[in-house]
Amino acid sequence: MKIAFHLDDATVMAYAGGCLASCLSVVAAGHVAMCDQCRARVRKAEAVGAALLETGKPEQLSAGALSSMFERIDGSDWIQPKLPGQADRGADPSLPVPVARVLDRKLDEVRWKTIGPGVGLHVIEKNPDGSSLYLLKVRPGQKLPDHGHVGQEMTLILRGAYRDLIGRFARGDVADLDEDIEHQPVIEDGEDCICLIATEAPARFKGLMPRLLQPIVGI
Amino acid sequence: MVIVPVVTDGIRRKTGKSPQAELFARLLKDVADHRDRQAFAQLFEHFGPRLKGFMMRKGANAELAEDLVQDAMIAVWNKAGMFSPGKGSVTTWVYTIARNLRIDRLRREGSRYFTDIDDYEEASDDPASDDIVIGRQQDAAVTEALQVLPEDQRQVIVMAFMDDMTQAEIADKLDVPLGTVKSRMRLAYRKMASVLEGLK
Repeated sequence: MKIAFHLDDATVMAYAGGCLASCLSVVAAGHVAMCDQCRARVRKAEAVGAALLETGKPEQLSAGALSSMFERIDGSDWIQPKLPGQADRGADPSLPVPVARVLDRKLDEVRWKTIGPGVGLHVIEKNPDGSSLYLLKVRPGQKLPDHGHVGQEMTLILRGAYRDLIGRFARGDVADLDEDIEHQPVIEDGEDCICLIATEAPARFKGLMPRLLQPIVGI
Repeated sequence: MVIVPVVTDGIRRKTGKSPQAELFARLLKDVADHRDRQAFAQLFEHFGPRLKGFMMRKGANAELAEDLVQDAMIAVWNKAGMFSPGKGSVTTWVYTIARNLRIDRLRREGSRYFTDIDDYEEASDDPASDDIVIGRQQDAAVTEALQVLPEDQRQVIVMAFMDDMTQAEIADKLDVPLGTVKSRMRLAYRKMASVLEGLK
């Protein structure tokens, strides 16, 4: 798969450091699962974590820590580790595993809530801190409302493609945008575009229709 | 087996072959192939106290930290056979296990979304010989590079990796714009990446 748009270097570090907000982590993990290049980048960043672990301040373990370790090993049956790349039953095999895992159903079985002409929404998670994770399905040729972002927003294209002022985004591409970017994606002709979107805070839509929708959509 | 004493006085400063990384890889293989307790004990002796320090840094008390050390080391015991030298060093692998546990157990929001990078990858084939070399040399090289990183970048990296602070939290704490935190993280990443590239 030819992937044109990747994670920001800062996002790679935050992801490897385990300090990316959980919603954003799903999108990052989904992209990483599809992108060899970013997988290699995350590994490099994880080496930073290893160096910090190695040079960090050790704390003495209590006496008998090792023997209680072996007691636990003896007390439990050896557990066959989960095979790599295994998702739950009912998950969509066309999706990257980290995304399939949070969706719990196939993409074609998602019940979309219509939030505008040609625009369907499926909220996966909405958190009290304002962050959310959702799917958006938009019909070909449709323009999305012009919007900016309060916090970080990350979009992973799962199906179809769109264009905005940055370029053409297709399956596997990730738009890892700063809060100061405003964009108006237009869906390419051909098929519906389905994206997984994580935001740290609600998107700011402009114009009357979006403003009316905002309280309903809540994204 | 021959028992080799674990080198605990830090990583060799010089970029190059790291005897410690090679030793860990061998010990882990002994655990995977023979369920070798002696080898596991050596890994535990090295990583246990470091993992405890790592967990306490995030606010775990000594008791909880030891529980988490046990959980992490159980994972090392159980998953030893899944470690692939081509993906990085043993220390990096242990770090990812500890990081995921920390997210899972010490963060309220939980980690059901955060998946281990090995979790969604095909079981790896034999890595290219280049990759093995990188795996063995990277610990020393990255440690060295971290030491010469400008302090403002190093500080941000430590807060992200060790203190589990989001970029926004780091910006608040340092009283700098979010963009500054991000650009420091980018600079640090590029420095590390170029060091690792240089090993090829």
